[in-house]
Amino acid sequence: MPDLVTSSEPMATTTRDGAAPPATPTAAIAVNGLAKNFGEVKAVRGVEFEVATGEVFGFLGPNGAGKTTTINMLCTLVKPSAGSATVAGHDVVRERDDVRRNIGLVFQDPTLDGYLTAEQNLRLHAELYGVQSSLVPARMEQVLTMVGLWDRKDHTVATFSGGMRRRLEIARGLMHSPRVLFLDEPTIGLDPQTRRSIWTYIRELKEREEITIFMTTHYMDEAEWCDRIAIMDHGQIVALDAPATLKAQVGGDRVAIHTDDDQAAIAALDERFGVEAGVAEGAVTFSIPSGEEFVPRLFAELGMPIRAVSVSRPTLDDVFMSYTGTTIRDAEEDQAKHRNRVMMQMMTGGRR
Amino acid sequence: MSTTTTAEHTAPGAAPAPAPREIVRVSVPKRTLTSELRAIRIVWRRELIRFRADRMRMVTTLVQPLLFLFVLGSGLQRLSSAGTHGVSLKTFIYPGILCIAVMFTAMFSAASIVWDREFGFLREMMVAPVRRSSIVIGKCLGGATVAGIQGVIVICLAGLVHVPYDPVLILGVFGLQLLLAFAITAFGVMVAVRIKQMQSFMGVMQMVVMPMFFTSGALFPASGLPGWLTVLNRLDPLTYAVDPMRRLVFSHLTISPAARRALDPGITWWGWHVPALLEAGVIVALGLVMLAVAIWEFSRTE
Repeated sequence: MPDLVTSSEPMATTTRDGAAPPATPTAAIAVNGLAKNFGEVKAVRGVEFEVATGEVFGFLGPNGAGKTTTINMLCTLVKPSAGSATVAGHDVVRERDDVRRNIGLVFQDPTLDGYLTAEQNLRLHAELYGVQSSLVPARMEQVLTMVGLWDRKDHTVATFSGGMRRRLEIARGLMHSPRVLFLDEPTIGLDPQTRRSIWTYIRELKEREEITIFMTTHYMDEAEWCDRIAIMDHGQIVALDAPATLKAQVGGDRVAIHTDDDQAAIAALDERFGVEAGVAEGAVTFSIPSGEEFVPRLFAELGMPIRAVSVSRPTLDDVFMSYTGTTIRDAEEDQAKHRNRVMMQMMTGGRR
Repeated sequence: MSTTTTAEHTAPGAAPAPAPREIVRVSVPKRTLTSELRAIRIVWRRELIRFRADRMRMVTTLVQPLLFLFVLGSGLQRLSSAGTHGVSLKTFIYPGILCIAVMFTAMFSAASIVWDREFGFLREMMVAPVRRSSIVIGKCLGGATVAGIQGVIVICLAGLVHVPYDPVLILGVFGLQLLLAFAITAFGVMVAVRIKQMQSFMGVMQMVVMPMFFTSGALFPASGLPGWLTVLNRLDPLTYAVDPMRRLVFSHLTISPAARRALDPGITWWGWHVPALLEAGVIVALGLVMLAVAIWEFSRTE
């Protein structure tokens, strides 16, 4: 086994086992005009993006926006109708096997064998992937310890809770030291506490292993954990940047003040700061860049007493709203839901 | 395969005491014959582990064959005693039971593909960087092994139906059972690849298994039948497992020539007596064809 590396230092970016170098040296994933049609339904309509090595990249959008289809194309599970993509330097169509050797997958739906123990599930995975037998026990201990399931390794998976199963799936996805880990809705259907702990594992993973993480979610608050996010709607990427940058683009912070005389306050705001304010939810509300820095000036220069003040940053909900004209929840509830159902039928009927 | 090692074993030439936070990196090699064999072995082992965990299955799949053997065999004894020339009906049915016990179990094993699909586990195997054929072969070998274990249980009952425990006989019976089990699992997998729900699979199996069982000659001698039944009997693949099995068992019995002629007439094709080896060959050939079809189908699915 010539190329096993056991090191406590972060490894330099090298191409494992002498594979062809990626299109862009630093890109873990490079996508070019990728599209997928299921009959009449255009699930993905030509997306382009690059994910750098070591990045945590999030795909955000309502159900049926095309996130899972995109992830399936990148994982070589679905053949693209048009466009191309490389993952870990390998083409997802022409070098399917090379891609598969270098990626870990955690699906939306569970794919564990409930009859087997946690350890048996991981061992099966290691054997299928041909991991060096001598390293399997140590690697297994490591990934199981990371997700806090080491002491449960001899229990059958059927006895595990939903959160434990998801953690075990993540551990299994890491078992063969993939260069890119794909997580399709890793926290869907889990309680907030478990979701948080899974995110802790993902961040810890990023610290410890030289790994790129590509994930989809439709929880806005989770996207905040990503280094960069792409917002997807109707099969297209409508925005792509760091969460903070995206939020900054939406506009200023929201400032709300409580005063004794709202009308006077609105007039004063207009007169002294040139700010257009209105009354919302019983408070004088206005939008302004870097709201926190504005608050001291407000107290000093407004010329009337302020009883309370609150500053809130724009959320990703606002971002989503500004790009798609709807909130993610509304988008999910109407047409997307219907489309998703149609698509699911076509996928299960036509694909497997 | 070592299963009880710890972190110390991993880095023979590295630092004497690895730090606890050290990262164990593994790599996935390119596909080779060895890695395919490892995949086959682990898929096979999984079938065995699951079989061991599911002891109920061991019992439930044996109920039906044993009902036929003991209840039908004992119940119809008096009606049929005139025609069996002093041979117990149970003894006559026994070779057929040796076959169907294996067949039922093998079908169940194949069903696990449908099961795996329903519970998502199939996906884990589908995305692994191994050939689909390795997965199918592993499944079929696993099914054959599990069915073989069931077969051994039925072999153990030989004494109860007046069949001697002869080592040559036992080995021969077991070999035939393994062949049949492999062929049936391949057939089951071939069907299971196209089916997405357990209920439908069970329905299809009932539709296939019972007619195969009834027309195979497991319960009656395959000579002097009405024309339509003779045709069905000769077309039924199971016939070519039951007949050599019966010849094998009967060759170790001491019975009258008349009884042998009546109960073990052998299979004929247009009057030509088909040799037992050719019959076994039919089973092997069918098994391989169905395995090939199963692999081909399985490779096409995403």
